[in-house]
Amino acid sequence: MSSHAHPKPAPLEVRFWTPGVLVLFAVMLMGFCFIIARYLGGLGLVSNLDNQHPWGLWIGIDVATGVALAAGGFTTAAIAHIFGKHQYEAVTRPALLTATLGYTFVAIGLAIDVGRSWALPKPLMFWQGNSVLFEVAMCVVIYTHVLYIEFLPIVVERFKGRVKLPGPLSIFNDRVEHLLALADSILGKTMWVFIIAGVVLSCMHQSGLGSLMLIAPTKLHPLWYTPILPLLFLTSAIAAGYPMVVFETTVATASFKRADEMEVLAPLTGVTKYLLGIYITLKLGDMLFRGTYVYLFDGSIESRSFIVEMLAMIVPWFMLMSERLRAKRHTLFVACTTIVLGIALNRCNVFLIGFNPPYAVKSYFPSISEIAITACLICSITFLYRLAVNYLPVLSAPSLESLEKEPS
Amino acid sequence: MKISRRHFLGIAGAMIGSAAAGNSSKAFAARQPKAPPNPYGCVVDLTACVGCRTCEQACNRVNHLPPPKERLDDRTVLDQKRRPTTSAFTVINRYYSGRLDEQNQLVPTYVKIQCMHCQDPACASACITGALHKKDNGAVSYDKSKCVGCRYCLVACPFQIPAYEYFDPLTPRVRKCTFCYDRVSAGGKPGCAAACPMEAITFGNRRILVEVTRRKIAANPMLYLNKIYGENEVGGTSWMYISKDPFEKLGFLSLPHYPMPHLTETIQHSIFAYMWAPITLFGILAGIMWKKNPEQINHAPGLQAQEEYI
Repeated sequence: MSSHAHPKPAPLEVRFWTPGVLVLFAVMLMGFCFIIARYLGGLGLVSNLDNQHPWGLWIGIDVATGVALAAGGFTTAAIAHIFGKHQYEAVTRPALLTATLGYTFVAIGLAIDVGRSWALPKPLMFWQGNSVLFEVAMCVVIYTHVLYIEFLPIVVERFKGRVKLPGPLSIFNDRVEHLLALADSILGKTMWVFIIAGVVLSCMHQSGLGSLMLIAPTKLHPLWYTPILPLLFLTSAIAAGYPMVVFETTVATASFKRADEMEVLAPLTGVTKYLLGIYITLKLGDMLFRGTYVYLFDGSIESRSFIVEMLAMIVPWFMLMSERLRAKRHTLFVACTTIVLGIALNRCNVFLIGFNPPYAVKSYFPSISEIAITACLICSITFLYRLAVNYLPVLSAPSLESLEKEPS
Repeated sequence: MKISRRHFLGIAGAMIGSAAAGNSSKAFAARQPKAPPNPYGCVVDLTACVGCRTCEQACNRVNHLPPPKERLDDRTVLDQKRRPTTSAFTVINRYYSGRLDEQNQLVPTYVKIQCMHCQDPACASACITGALHKKDNGAVSYDKSKCVGCRYCLVACPFQIPAYEYFDPLTPRVRKCTFCYDRVSAGGKPGCAAACPMEAITFGNRRILVEVTRRKIAANPMLYLNKIYGENEVGGTSWMYISKDPFEKLGFLSLPHYPMPHLTETIQHSIFAYMWAPITLFGILAGIMWKKNPEQINHAPGLQAQEEYI
């Protein structure tokens, strides 16, 4: 733990509309046009999906990768709040924000992807307990609400005692103030339930996502089809949690010219080397046990994609093993970004690249509009993240300017 | 690509540890196939089919499907391999197995494709709302009022049958052979089986059909391979085939003999039986929190914990 006290989280309150944000906004607008096209002409108009490839980029990236990379939320909550390692408190709020935004956009991405968007709440009415997808959907719905509840104290902290609604709405000031005080007292007593429930729900649906493809043994390539796929999805999501926190914190602190938080991030990834080690061991052990290494060098797209995916785990794992590389900001960033990309590739491998139905005459490649809509959703998350850290107490890294003025 | 049950158990055992493995293998044994006891079925005799496409016409008519692009008696469509679509629930493909007739000409074999109406269907197990459902009479039925449009059924189906209305922006449906549910319920035959001029499709009680077909094969060993495709594939299907040529040369997949939902449902039900796994995990984590971070349970969350630490 660092010797100096870590400052409290505070709104950044910097200029919002920078050129970078304008670019984000342009991508969002463009993707939005394609979303309108999807609701005018159907999925067939904007996507390359067909009867043999019913799931595409939106499931692979927006849903599966989105859920995996939102694991920073529950893994940081676990280490800081459940295991009581308070030195990591500084990253719980940004990780919670990413998770909340991530799951919100998983829901939005799904609403675009399903044919009958308006029917999305139907699984709440018609329960089908045999369906893996039903379990995943239920957990995601409940967990998204848990995330919002976990996020509520941040909003309460920002506005409690200073509610000032504009114009005629000001007559509600007292009432809103009262609600915030009520929320504060209730949440204070019950938050531990939500924190633990968040971790349990995450474990359930992270593994559930891995079970989805187990119903299609003849379609998923044997390099990925294994009965322990749910366990691999769970362990890889847990392993990806802290690297994702390092990735987003480094990008955010660099973008907002804040202190780099290395005193929190470096020890945090010390845990990752064990978590990632467990995943790599399971993955390689599974390959040896089932003998699927015979497919490893057959030169197919699948085998190459598998090798890249494994290297994107093993190389950064060796990097994290080195105390020296872990202590440097840019090598730590490179290692963690590689892990994040490796997890994304793993999810795409399972849902897209490794998915080869025997009767398919052509293989699937996402269309321009599918890519544009996915880009739109990712940019929207980034946009809202920036909006939130600007006006809510999320980030706690001191600005570089203030550090220069009063060196500690 | 096949995963044997023993294979899975080996891994599961190593993975979960002795206590939990006992639990899971008990649950494993508990997953019984869900086939209805006395369904109808059809047997297609591939040696009788001449590829006239009358069944396709009948299917189009009884299901009120839109008129097709090519005329339904146009045999040039057989030059390419087709799959069922949203407007054609059954299609015929032509295969050459390499068998020659007396004039040294390749003998074509025509294969009718439609939903196999699995006894223990993957689509119905996958369906998030139960919009797909195996009926007692054997039909795998689709209820569009429950459908969300997630297309997990298309992912799950080992025969790649369901077709999706991708160009409907708001109310797309999953389309596939209905086993002419209404006609069969009213005591009739499926449209295709009733229309076939060669009587290549035999409709009847599935159990009796299997017995009769076995006798038929035994009586004509020169005419048929000793195999009923669909008797055991994916736990059995309501539609079955007999042939003179090896099935793998006729576009049939070599599939495992256990029902497709076996592994997923076993995992799901052994983890979620009485919610023991989530509840146990919750208890363990609460215990750790009680021990390691008691102020979280006793006081305000995050905010105060953080202030204390500062």
